[in-house]
Amino acid sequence: MIEFLQQLLNGLSLGAIYALIALGYTMVYGVLRFINFAHSDVFMVGAFVGYYLGRLVPEGTVWGALVVLAGSMAACAVLGMTIERLAYRPLRGSPTLNVLITAIGVSLLLEYSGQVFFGAAPRNFPPVIPSARISLGGLVLSSNQLIVIFGTCGLMWALRLVVLRTRIGMAMRAVSLNPQAARLVGVNNDVIISFTFGLGSALAGAGGVLYAINYPSIDPLMGVMPGLKAFVCAVLGGIGNIPGAALGGLILGTTETFVGGSSWSTYKDAIAFAVLIVILLVRPGGLLGRPSIEKV
Amino acid sequence: MPRAHQILCVALAACFGVWWFSDRIDPYLLDVITSIGINIILAVSLNLVNGYTGQFSLGHAGFMAIGAYLSGACTIFLGPQWLGPDGGNPWSQGMLFLGALLVGGLSASVAGLLIGIPSLRLKGDYLALVTLGFGEIIRVIFQNTEALGGALGLSPIPAYTNILWTYGFVTLTVFVVVTLTRSTYGRGFLATRDDEIAAEAVGLDTTRYKIVAFVVGAFFAGIAGGLYGHYKQSIYPTGFDFTKSIEIVVMVILGGMGNTLGVILAAILLTALPEVLRPVAEYRMVLYSFLLIVLMLARPQGLFNFRRPGAKPAS
Repeated sequence: MIEFLQQLLNGLSLGAIYALIALGYTMVYGVLRFINFAHSDVFMVGAFVGYYLGRLVPEGTVWGALVVLAGSMAACAVLGMTIERLAYRPLRGSPTLNVLITAIGVSLLLEYSGQVFFGAAPRNFPPVIPSARISLGGLVLSSNQLIVIFGTCGLMWALRLVVLRTRIGMAMRAVSLNPQAARLVGVNNDVIISFTFGLGSALAGAGGVLYAINYPSIDPLMGVMPGLKAFVCAVLGGIGNIPGAALGGLILGTTETFVGGSSWSTYKDAIAFAVLIVILLVRPGGLLGRPSIEKV
Repeated sequence: MPRAHQILCVALAACFGVWWFSDRIDPYLLDVITSIGINIILAVSLNLVNGYTGQFSLGHAGFMAIGAYLSGACTIFLGPQWLGPDGGNPWSQGMLFLGALLVGGLSASVAGLLIGIPSLRLKGDYLALVTLGFGEIIRVIFQNTEALGGALGLSPIPAYTNILWTYGFVTLTVFVVVTLTRSTYGRGFLATRDDEIAAEAVGLDTTRYKIVAFVVGAFFAGIAGGLYGHYKQSIYPTGFDFTKSIEIVVMVILGGMGNTLGVILAAILLTALPEVLRPVAEYRMVLYSFLLIVLMLARPQGLFNFRRPGAKPAS
C-alpha cells in the first residue's frame, strides 16, 4: 500500500510536468490547428535559461527560485513569440503539412544550436530550491516533488483565470472556435496567436525548470521524449481542451511510473504511444474532446 | 515491350555494368553511392504513402528497422545451415540474401498493413502521430528483444550488400512506384490525396488505396532496411528512431511530394550534403535545419518540383 502511494506520488509529479508542457501544445493547436513540434525544445531552452540564472542567484532561497522560474518563463515566452513571428506567421493559410515540417525544422534548429552553444554533454542543474525529504509513515515525500505538484496547480489555476476571465482569454477562445468570425467581431488574430504562443511557451519554460529541479541532468536533447509524451497527453485528453491536457498528463504520468516500477520497466517509453494509439482508435476526439463532424 | 519495361531492363543492365567495374571505383565513393541508393529506396517508397496518397506517415524508420532486423536474423541464424560449413558459393549466398531481404520486406509490409488500418479513421496530424508512435514502439520492442541483441545491437551481419543489389532494388522500387501511380488503378492514389470525398463519390475504395500504399511503401522500406543491415554489418535500435523517419520525410518534402524524380534528386543531395559539409561538421546540422525552414518558407512546393505554380500542392 505504501509502495502504491509512493508510486502514485511519483507519477503525479511526473504527470504534472507533462501537463504543463501539454497545455502549450493544446493551446497552439486550439488556435492554429497544427502540432508545434518546437514546443518540446522551448521546454529544453527553459531548463537551460534556468541553469544559467540559477548560478547567478543565491542557492536555496525562495526569491532566488522565483527569479529563476519567472526569468525562464519570460525568456521562453519571448522565444515562442519570435518563433511564431518568423517561422509560422509567413505560412498562415498554407497546408498544415508545410507548417508541420517547418515546426520540425525549428525543433531541429533549436536542438542542434543547443548542442553548439550549450555543448552536447549533460549538465547538472544547480539546486536552486533547498531540497528536503519528509517522511510520513513510511512514505517519503521529496520537497521538490511537492513543489512541482503545487507549482503546476498554481500555474494551471492562473491559466484558467486568464482564459476564462479576461478579455484576451475570451478572444483566444473565440479564435479557437472560429478565426473568421472572431476577426469579424474585431479580434486581432495575429495578436491573439502571438499571445497564445507566449503563454504556452512560458508554461513550457516553467515545465523545463520544474523538470530540471526533479531530474537534475539537462542536455540539449532532453526535450524530445517529454515533449512527445506531453503531446500524447494533450491528444489523450482531447486536443484543444485545457482541462483535458491536465487529465491526460496525470493519466500518462501515473501509468508510466507504475509500468516503470513493474517487471515491464524497459517498455516504459512504448507505453505512452500504445496508450495514444488505443485512445485514437477508440475515441479519436480524446477523453474530454468532442468528436468533430466533417462537412463537405 | 512498353517503354517503362525497356527502361527497367536498361537500368538493370547499367547496374550490372557498374557493379562489374566496381573494383576500380574509390571505396569511399562506393560507400557514399551505396548509402545514396538505400536512401533513394526509402524516400521513393515513402513518397508513395506521403506524396501520392497524401497519408502523412512519420514511421518509415520503423518499417526499415523490421526489414533490417529480420533479414539480418535470417542470414545470421539460418545462413550457416543453408550455406553449409564451407560458407557456400556466391550463388547460394545470393539466394540466401534475396530470401532474407524478401522476409524483411514482407514482414515490414505486414506491419504496414497493421498501421494502415488506423489510417482509415485518422488523418493529418493525428495519423502522423500514430505512425510516429508505431515506429517508436517497434524500436522499443527491438531494444528489448535479447535474441536480436537488445540495446547492444545485432552484429555481425555478413556484408552481402553491394552496388548491384542496392541499385537493382533502387531500379525496382522506382519502376514499381512510377508504373503503379501511372496505371489506371494507381490514379486512385492521387484521387485519394486530392479529394477523398470526391474520390469516394465516384466509387473509389479510398480505404483500400491507403492500405495498399502503406503495404507497398513498407515493403520497400523493409528491403532498404535489409540492404542497410547487410551493408553496415551491425545495427542498433537507436539508429531507427524518430530522427531517421524525419530524415526520410525531409527528402520527400524537399523533392516535392508526389514527384519521384525530385525525390530521387533530394535523396542524392541530402545524402551527399553531410559528406560535403564534413569540414564544418559542428555546424552541419544547424545549417541543415535552418535550410529546411528557409526552404519551407520560400519554396513550399519542394525544391525540385517544377510544376506550374498554380497547381494544388499536396496536403
